[in-house]
Amino acid sequence: MKEFGYERAADVSGALALLDGDPDARFLGGGTNLVDLMKTGVERPGRLVDVRELPLDRIEATEDGGLRIGATVTNSDLAAHPDVRRSYPALSQAVLAGASGQLRNVATVGGNLLQRTRCGYFADVAAPCNKRVPGSGCPAIEGEHHNHAILGASDHCVATHPSDLGVALTAFGAVVSYETPDGPGRLPFTEFYLPVGDTPHRETALPPGALITGVTLPAAPVAANSRYRKVRERASYAFAIGSVAAALDVRDGVVHEVRLAFGAVASRPWRAHTAEQALTGGPADAGAFAAAADAELAAARPLPHNAYKVTLTRNLVVAVLSELAEEATR
Amino acid sequence: MTTTTTGTRVTKAVGTAHARVEGRDKVTGAARYAGEVPFAGLAYGWMVLSTITRGRVRSVETGAVLEMPGVLTVLHHGNAPRVDIDYVGMLGVPDPTVAVFQHDRVPHAGWPVALVVAETSEQAREAAEALVVHYEEEPHDVTFAGEHPDAYTMPGPGGPAVTGKGDLEAELAASAVVVDAEYSTPEEHHNSMEPHAATALWDGGRLEVVDSNQGTVWVANELANLFSLDPASVRVRSEHVGGGFGSKGVRAHQVAAVMAATVLSRPVRVVMTRRQLFSLAGHRSPTTQRVRLGADAEGRLRALEHSCLSRTSTVYEFIESGAGVARVMYDAPAHHTANRVVRLDVPSPTYMRAPGEAPGSFALESALDELAEKCGIDPIELRVRNEPERGPVSGLPFSTRSLPACFREGARRFGWADRDPRPGLRREGRWLLGTGTAAASFGAGAMPSTAAATAEADGTFTVRISAADIGTGARTALTLVAADALQVPTDRVRVRIGDSDFGPAMIAGGSMGTRSWAWAVTAAAEELRERLALSDGIPPEGITVRSDTTEALGALAQTERHSFGAQFAEVAVDVATGEVRVRRMLGIFAAGRIVNPLTARGQFTGGMIWGISMALHEEAVRDRNTGALYGADLAGYHVATNADVPLVEADWVDDPDPDDPVGIKGIGEIGIVGAAAAIANAVWHATGVRHRSLPIRPDRVLTAGPHA
Amino acid sequence: MAPTPLSTHSAVTLNVNGEKHTLTVDHRTTLLDALRERLDLTGTKKGCDQGQCGACTVLLDDRRAVACLQLAVAAEGREIVTVEGLAEGEQLHPVQQAFLDLDGYQCGYCTPGQICSAVAVIEEHAAGWPSAVTDDVRPEAGPPPLTAEEIRERMSGNLCRCGAYVSIVQAVERAAGIRAQAARTAEGAQTAKGRGAAA
Repeated sequence: MKEFGYERAADVSGALALLDGDPDARFLGGGTNLVDLMKTGVERPGRLVDVRELPLDRIEATEDGGLRIGATVTNSDLAAHPDVRRSYPALSQAVLAGASGQLRNVATVGGNLLQRTRCGYFADVAAPCNKRVPGSGCPAIEGEHHNHAILGASDHCVATHPSDLGVALTAFGAVVSYETPDGPGRLPFTEFYLPVGDTPHRETALPPGALITGVTLPAAPVAANSRYRKVRERASYAFAIGSVAAALDVRDGVVHEVRLAFGAVASRPWRAHTAEQALTGGPADAGAFAAAADAELAAARPLPHNAYKVTLTRNLVVAVLSELAEEATR
Repeated sequence: MTTTTTGTRVTKAVGTAHARVEGRDKVTGAARYAGEVPFAGLAYGWMVLSTITRGRVRSVETGAVLEMPGVLTVLHHGNAPRVDIDYVGMLGVPDPTVAVFQHDRVPHAGWPVALVVAETSEQAREAAEALVVHYEEEPHDVTFAGEHPDAYTMPGPGGPAVTGKGDLEAELAASAVVVDAEYSTPEEHHNSMEPHAATALWDGGRLEVVDSNQGTVWVANELANLFSLDPASVRVRSEHVGGGFGSKGVRAHQVAAVMAATVLSRPVRVVMTRRQLFSLAGHRSPTTQRVRLGADAEGRLRALEHSCLSRTSTVYEFIESGAGVARVMYDAPAHHTANRVVRLDVPSPTYMRAPGEAPGSFALESALDELAEKCGIDPIELRVRNEPERGPVSGLPFSTRSLPACFREGARRFGWADRDPRPGLRREGRWLLGTGTAAASFGAGAMPSTAAATAEADGTFTVRISAADIGTGARTALTLVAADALQVPTDRVRVRIGDSDFGPAMIAGGSMGTRSWAWAVTAAAEELRERLALSDGIPPEGITVRSDTTEALGALAQTERHSFGAQFAEVAVDVATGEVRVRRMLGIFAAGRIVNPLTARGQFTGGMIWGISMALHEEAVRDRNTGALYGADLAGYHVATNADVPLVEADWVDDPDPDDPVGIKGIGEIGIVGAAAAIANAVWHATGVRHRSLPIRPDRVLTAGPHA
Repeated sequence: MAPTPLSTHSAVTLNVNGEKHTLTVDHRTTLLDALRERLDLTGTKKGCDQGQCGACTVLLDDRRAVACLQLAVAAEGREIVTVEGLAEGEQLHPVQQAFLDLDGYQCGYCTPGQICSAVAVIEEHAAGWPSAVTDDVRPEAGPPPLTAEEIRERMSGNLCRCGAYVSIVQAVERAAGIRAQAARTAEGAQTAKGRGAAA
């Protein structure tokens, strides 16, 4: 870890001024990912601007019945918030499924969205990695990739996004707000992360120097009947090898509205629009759920050792939607 | 009165639950581990490991780094003090990996190439990261998969490479039922929670090392040999040790710290990072094993073959003797075992909790379960029918062998009698349920040790022995043993350990530590009691008696001495997601006299939890192209979390060792033996699918598909 | 004019176990290293230094956090409690006493982190926080009972390689029971007092 400057910002404009568009500077939120990456040498910032104390730590109802979540809200506060648990239970479940209590207490919503992949080659500065050192290659494709992407990857990078929170956010159509010295901006979640292509090192559509200020969840009555299921290689404190966030509204046996997103399958939390469209207006039964999952996963391009993720994700979709359908009719 | 060496005595403290004597220090944070003892003028060393897997160091560009703030020196093969590895230590010739910075060869990824020492750890770390090392890279081979043309047989720590009797093929051909299966276990890492750490300094002509290890005298002697010093001029202290599991002997960090302390003439601390541990702290080799069993229709074995292939480095021979367990467990007219090893461009493996038995029992006890299935015989009944009278290979009698008693008691408590043997029948929601069992054994032994017992003038007693408490509860156990031998309450006894100045003693290893030390402590304490009976008053300096068990141990008769156990597991498997959860485990052990039930239970259940971790989680993945580990940290290498561990119970049957003064056998390792097999057998019972490769990861369950 | 050289060190005041310590830290120094190397508070352990084991768990403003991923310079102004700050003089904290009595450890290296974590787990549960194994997270469902399964999940951020999990869970159960009993007693005293005033 090289020596760096440290400054603490008190408000958003102050934070932007301190960062000053310096490409060698980073915002420091909870630090649970950034400080780790600094220790492994993946990140070597010259300056840190501490934004943890910015007044962005509130969760508020929006006029349309949605929620606005400040960027410095901790994962723990998000998961424990009554409105989140009541109106978007899958969001609370997704947060609780991630990391550990002592990390969730510190990690922030803004930082969660910007966390980097847990690909082992990315974390090992002795290994090549196109995301870390553009043009150096991707050893995962011919090496260890049993927990890498099956959707939306490229020949340049097959890493996955590790967030659980993000999977629920994308299912609920969240919009990311940010601030720049030139003014504020908003990005729908589906546009927040860039396609991998040949630039895996460019991960988000945020303008350079932008500060995430919050995430807005539009009103979504369907989300009250929602669930997050995560599969990992031990019962807790591990990243997903597959996850599903789903919300379902069934009326008279017919899918009135459905939300579906997958985790651990792509470089971003994966909103399953194709499956949602296939399901809407159709029967709410296991056959339809499986067919919809298959339609979404038809685009999957698995590698030799991660084809199980197609089966896993499909099975998770059927299991979670079946549970939600049952609850909806109870 | 003479010292008795047979039978068990009537005692008070031994056998009763006693909280750890150092417990208060551990729960308040007052207990200091190796990297926590303060020294004035301390400097911090940070190791630099090779980024190539095979080749040579062409140059180490120290110039720029020496200019960095706080940097004191950079040691590498061009300037480091020389060490001598041409000696035979307590456990044989040293692993040349400890002879750091002696030449330019790089034999594996993560080989130590330099040590940067600076005033602060932050400065040392940055300088180590900034150090440019130029390499000449050569092609490597790290691929371990099934057979390898360069494999050869090699004797292991506990026995010969190959044993054989009878005509295997003829007996197999004549068998009514045959099992022929291959099993594999992955590379596994100890990952004690406390990383290896050492502080070295020269104090008045003596080398002092505060270290985290499993034997202070052992490490002191290795350092004396390496640096050509008089053993009496080396003192190693290790009061509290944050886990060892076989990995905490002499390692690169102590040697590097001694070199730097010598060059700089000030205390130097070297702590391995978690990532560095994965290449420098040793590991358990992966294994591929083949088991062939032939039995008559009643399940009596006619043929048993167990062969195990493991892997070592190109610089040191260490063999994971998986096939050794069959030499104790089961007999057959044709009985063949073989351990082979292949040298690859990987770090040196080493002892890891139940070396040999842990992976070996997975294969053998899985195969027994397959045989039970094929014979249509209950797995416990099959094992009881194959109980040998004498050691299958040695022909020697067993000192005690209470395996059937363990199975009887375990079956009763686990509810085995109600078990329907057919697989894939029980469902609870999304989970398929199953139960499994397996047998366990581990060698029981003792090694020569010395101890000193002192009667203090104030009426208390001090026992000194260079034992190590790596979490086993040895310090407390020895307190109970000493109290009984002295016939005084435990609060009048203080046991001091972890200091090589206390004299030669066994290491904490091979499940032999507590037994070996207790023998020496008993001998010293009993003689002291006799001396006190004859003396009239204690002088201010106290009365001290020393013991040495070398002679008593040499007089022991040759028998098969082992602990035994029966493992039971219930699992739940979701075949739609591949998740496997252990629901409950029970282990019943016949493992000698239990000194302290409170801490002993933790030794057994801790081993069983290692079994859960081995069965379901642990796997270090080596990339064949880079030759390095993938995900070498605690997020990439999964050990069981609290949520993975259900109610795990352990208990024991009465089984005192007839030849030990306290009746002890040893309990540190047997808990893991057979545990993974019991879980894998339960997964088969739940799903109808045999998993012969560990760990039983979700992707493997999914890929295997639902059978039931 | 040359730019001001970037400062890489800062003077900070750390509030640890109720005591204020003023020191100059390298910005790279983590809270964990500041505690261990600068303040000689070595009870907080370094197991992985990457947030992957929980051995360095401390309480930050009453909430558990891993000290290895906190920069010391960023911890200024926060109330830090380490394992050394839990006991009241000779009187162990109920969680410490339960770990000691029930052998909730072996080598003891993960123990300070386990204990700090357990102290917080009991409070988090008392505050009604759900966990990943809580069946129904909706507030209407009420707080989940602190079952062994809930404790296991909530304590999973603290690895114990010795495998002392079974007795760790028992220790947390016992300490949580003591806290619940104390809360009931306090409530009872409150009610009795109320009645007394009414009478």
